[in-house]
Amino acid sequence: MKYSSFDTLENCYDVAVIGSGLGGMTCANRLANAGHSVLLLEHHIQLGGLATWFKRGGHIFDVSLHGFPYGMVKTCKKYWGKEIRDRIVQLPKIVIDNPQFSLTTTFSKEDFIRILHENFGIPAQTVNDFFATVDGMNFYDDQTMTTRELFDTFFPGRTDIHRLLMEPISYANGSTMDEPAITYGIVFSNFMNRGVYTFEGGTDTLIGLMAKELQQNGVTICTGAKVEQVLVDNGKTCGVIVNGKKITATAVVSNAGITNTIDNLAGREVFSPDFLAQHDKVEVNNSSCQVYFGIRKGETIDDIGDLLFTSTAEEYSAEEMRDMETKSRTFSVYYPKTRPGKPDYTIVASMNANYTDWADLEPSEYQQAKQAMIERCLVDLERYVPDIRNKIDTVESATPRTFNRYTLHTRGTSFGTKFEGLEVSRSLHKALPGLYHVGSVGIIMSGWLGAINYGVIAAHDVDGYLREQG
Amino acid sequence: MTREEIKDVILEIIEDIDEDAEFDNLDADAPLRDQLDLDSMDFLDIVMELRKRYQLQIPEDEYPELASLTSCVNYLEPKLKDA
Repeated sequence: MKYSSFDTLENCYDVAVIGSGLGGMTCANRLANAGHSVLLLEHHIQLGGLATWFKRGGHIFDVSLHGFPYGMVKTCKKYWGKEIRDRIVQLPKIVIDNPQFSLTTTFSKEDFIRILHENFGIPAQTVNDFFATVDGMNFYDDQTMTTRELFDTFFPGRTDIHRLLMEPISYANGSTMDEPAITYGIVFSNFMNRGVYTFEGGTDTLIGLMAKELQQNGVTICTGAKVEQVLVDNGKTCGVIVNGKKITATAVVSNAGITNTIDNLAGREVFSPDFLAQHDKVEVNNSSCQVYFGIRKGETIDDIGDLLFTSTAEEYSAEEMRDMETKSRTFSVYYPKTRPGKPDYTIVASMNANYTDWADLEPSEYQQAKQAMIERCLVDLERYVPDIRNKIDTVESATPRTFNRYTLHTRGTSFGTKFEGLEVSRSLHKALPGLYHVGSVGIIMSGWLGAINYGVIAAHDVDGYLREQG
Repeated sequence: MTREEIKDVILEIIEDIDEDAEFDNLDADAPLRDQLDLDSMDFLDIVMELRKRYQLQIPEDEYPELASLTSCVNYLEPKLKDA
């Protein structure tokens, strides 16, 4: 797709959006729809942020498509239109396989209620009470109870049930059992509720349709445009420096990480000590590793499930899941149905990871560690596709360093920040009028659905500010 | 705007958000949220649309005023009397 070249940009826009993740794109689209002039700046050559894909060996690999909650249907219809909404289809077969249990589920509330009752022997009343409790949780509830305490209330000592309820969430947003229970309740009620869905056509089609929509709505899109600084005048945001050029804007929306936004783009000197003290308590979430396998043309693989949560670790442990040598990984299996126009088989193994484990490796150590990770994934994958080694023609891998390089996120975080980051993100414009943040924060505002919805919320704030400024 | 006109505007905005919304049995005094399957994102959309149409700024702590159709009309009537 053809975007605006850097030298054709105007000197002034109502809004400059830094970064084209799903949050940044949605925010830009909403603001353009509301009648504002919007410039969307992306440092990479491709739009989408972590909602991305790459081509290797004749295959297209989806980085974060995996599967999203049913809520995407309504959200996409309202904020991106029918064409995008109509391509959302269910992934029917979700597999969870570990030493404690193996099961296949539709990932719906009814199915989890059935499984807890039939497979795990929990009385129906307890199961219903648990679901009523998590469904009723909202942001304004008590934030002191942890997820561990929530589980211990309903399923004391049942590490197998804790694993069933928690492991998918840890992969989805990097959270642990020590986060506030409300973050668990909100995400669980969205995610493990009405099934898992995907976008027919793959990430490239989705982002292509979104880019088309943005351009139709008048958003100026510029890629290869790295914002170096957010400009401040008289205590208010007034624009950005991008590729060395000054562009004036009444409001700036940063879809960069919240930590980057405050520490690097705006600069600490423009904030009050109180705000910085609050900001410095924000913990960025963990990063990820991935291994991508392309299946040779003409080969097929049987239906082993669409999304497999696998582990050979004895029990669930968020710490074990982040370890370099973790025995826990998901396999996202993309069958020809993913891209009916370009049928292919690819498998993406995903693991949680600590940035620090990978950051300081020497080049030779780094290569060795990547090879060892690929081998571990192959060994695990052989349990589901026995002759996988003979079927693959392409293998690629990504580490926290890769995530850092493409997203520029602090420590390559793939899930934004822990809970406390939400308040900092939401109050950024109070600390520096005219500067807004949108992006993965606070655990609940993460994933594709969280990012898009947060883009809408931010657009609402920015629209109010722009109309006030006149 | 009259109370009747304000009511029509609210229903029109809701219909834009959810084309399947059924207004036939709507109880004007009961929460819209329970009757029409509206979530907090939908209410945000209503607030943003009112701002776009009438330059009306509704502060966050006054969102509860939009709970039912009647409370919407009561709240908006003085604000939209010249609209």
